[in-house]
Amino acid sequence: MTSYPDWWKLLFGRFTLEAIPYHEPILIGTFAAVALGGLALVALVTRYRLWGYLWHEWFTSVDHKKIGIMYMILGVIMLLRGFADALMMRGQQAIAFGSDGYLPPHHYDQIFTAHGVIMIFFVAMPFVTGLMNYVVPLQIGARDVAFPFLNNFSFWMTVGGGVLVMASLFVGEFARTGWLAYPPLSGAAYSPGVGMDYYLWALQIAGVGTTLSGVNLIATIVKMRAPGMDIMKMPVFTWTSLCTNVLIVATFPILAATLALLTLDRYVGTNFFTNDLGGNPMMYVNLIWIWGHPEVYILILPLFGVYSEVASTFCGKRLFGYTSMVYATVVITILSYLVWLHHFFTMGSGASVNSFFGITTMIISIPTGAKMFNWLFTMYRGRIRFELPMMWLLAFMLTFVIGGMTGVMLAVPPADFVLHNSLFLIAHFHNVIIGGVVFGVFAGIAYWFPKAFGFKLDKFWGLLSFWFWVIGFYVAFMPLYVLGLMGVTRRLSRFEDPSLQIWFVIAAIGAVLILFGILCFLIQIGVSIMRRDELRDTTGDPWNGRTLEWSTSSPPPDYNFAFTPIVHDLDAWADMKKRGYRRPLGGFRPIHMPRNTGAGIIIAGLATTCGFALIWYIWWLAALTFVGVIATVIIHSFNYDRDFHIPTEAVLREENARTELLGRA
Amino acid sequence: MSAGNQADHHDAHGADGVPHGSLRGYVVGFLLSVVLTAIPFWLVMNDVLGNATLTAIVIMIFAAVQIVVHMIYFLHMNSRSEGGWTMMALIFTIIIVAIALAGSLWVMYHLNTNMMPTDMHRM
Repeated sequence: MTSYPDWWKLLFGRFTLEAIPYHEPILIGTFAAVALGGLALVALVTRYRLWGYLWHEWFTSVDHKKIGIMYMILGVIMLLRGFADALMMRGQQAIAFGSDGYLPPHHYDQIFTAHGVIMIFFVAMPFVTGLMNYVVPLQIGARDVAFPFLNNFSFWMTVGGGVLVMASLFVGEFARTGWLAYPPLSGAAYSPGVGMDYYLWALQIAGVGTTLSGVNLIATIVKMRAPGMDIMKMPVFTWTSLCTNVLIVATFPILAATLALLTLDRYVGTNFFTNDLGGNPMMYVNLIWIWGHPEVYILILPLFGVYSEVASTFCGKRLFGYTSMVYATVVITILSYLVWLHHFFTMGSGASVNSFFGITTMIISIPTGAKMFNWLFTMYRGRIRFELPMMWLLAFMLTFVIGGMTGVMLAVPPADFVLHNSLFLIAHFHNVIIGGVVFGVFAGIAYWFPKAFGFKLDKFWGLLSFWFWVIGFYVAFMPLYVLGLMGVTRRLSRFEDPSLQIWFVIAAIGAVLILFGILCFLIQIGVSIMRRDELRDTTGDPWNGRTLEWSTSSPPPDYNFAFTPIVHDLDAWADMKKRGYRRPLGGFRPIHMPRNTGAGIIIAGLATTCGFALIWYIWWLAALTFVGVIATVIIHSFNYDRDFHIPTEAVLREENARTELLGRA
Repeated sequence: MSAGNQADHHDAHGADGVPHGSLRGYVVGFLLSVVLTAIPFWLVMNDVLGNATLTAIVIMIFAAVQIVVHMIYFLHMNSRSEGGWTMMALIFTIIIVAIALAGSLWVMYHLNTNMMPTDMHRM
């Protein structure tokens, strides 16, 4: 590094050619594959002249439906990356007995960090936000979210964070600290490289997007419900979304502040979390978990909503105990703030602190248990249709209860002293996140896919994916419970005791089964697109749904509802069908809509470049792009051409087409 | 209390129960915040109370009152605005901030006592 001249440092900061990992064959192979795939994609898009279409119809779109779909696509892409990391770890741990395996520790540590960061921030969060974005406005009878431009901007900020994490694979390195990056390991003294800075700026940029989309959805749910939909007539998914977004708005600022303090420690030499000069690394752990625990409820609550919608739709009856479901959700929202210390029982708090947080943690299982009984009683005497979403619901109920029970085990402080930091913990949280969040996302995708695209997903490949995922999960993670009880700690890259190896081999087989599950899911999408004419949904209501989104066509028109629906009862659409609702066929008026804008993607692009420049100490570029961000925001604020009216004729054409489609069905 | 739909988005906000500021309100708010700022300065500069800890506590109380003044006179918050949502958001915020602050103090006090035995001067 010393051989680089001053002009180089001025231009490129601390970036050097050695930062390109050309000595790592795995990374070079990955890079080659990604580059070739990317080039092929660019060539195809250019060949079919799709750039204009993508830019005008998707990238700059402020339509909540398109943004929701783009979130889901982001989630799927990042799932592939995060899962590749998982396979590499399982492979390493299955063979590294008395040998070094194929991954050096330096690389292995980056992989487990990237796996955690990607799966939480860039897979689970986009999936959850995507579902909420797509479904919530439709469920409450609104035409878009409260702040459509902000929605587009939030999405691209999330993408920007993802781009930085992906860039770290090929330019420099990623953090080697674990997904929450505890100091002092993550401080400048022990992690001097760019990896930790990639982590900080990626999360900071994506966090802006998450916070703003939280604000947006709260405003949407509070202010834009259809007339008659008072708070206790909201669909359960909307309720859980509201609680999730309240959690987001209340906690993501804590994450931003904590990461900002660590950034100051690393960049300007403050001592918030160092070991010297009054700094205290334990404060970081405390703060990050005040965000981190609510975060897991941010992930699971919307999926509880999905399961509730699925349960009532596919059992053909009203959800059992709607009121108790709502109260359980609210109680979980509040309680999720009172449990954070259970993530560091062993850090040295006294008995009083540990027992307080242990008890609050156990209390959370009560409202969650109430939800389980609500779903069970919804099924009781219902006419259950075993469609894909219902299958995922059943798998979730079985799997999540196991995860919940091991969670209560971990909530007992003395037990936690034995189990903490072991593979038992790893098995527990994968048990609840895969069994709860991932299964729920697949249930949601299978449930709302026909709404979004106008045709159902192929059931055969869906079932195949379902069984591979469910069986794969058990094969992959039950061995980790066993290993954890035997005392094997997490994040190890090599082992000495050969008697453990068989369990890791079984876990690796499980990971391969999950791989088949993911492949079957991708095939399912492809097959469904090819068979779309057979799978077509002309009614807009393929499952005999109960909430307002099923009253629109599939896919819904840009304006969602020609007339704002009026709600009289919970399960508004089921109520409307029962009372013999007729679609209005005339009397349409021009519809006021927000106009697309490129400002969101431009600001997010500049912010991402700014982050990249800050990571590499390229100060001129950071200053330039920062000024660019501010300038674009100011220029955008003078853009008065923000809305337009869909003329009556266009609405009439759209609605007539739907009438014809309904007549054919 | 069902919130308005898009149709009445452009209607006067007064209908939603959001109070608009009046000149009198702004003047009262301004005077109150000036007074509430001036008193702490006076307390510190003239060392009126003669006790640093006591002074700090009193200043904290003035700061808290200042926040309330801002919320009432400048943010126009009351228990009825936005159909009670503003009030609910405020209560929720206070609960969360209280939990985070009190919890952190409690937790960090314990950690500091138990885990920093070699530390001679308490930080």
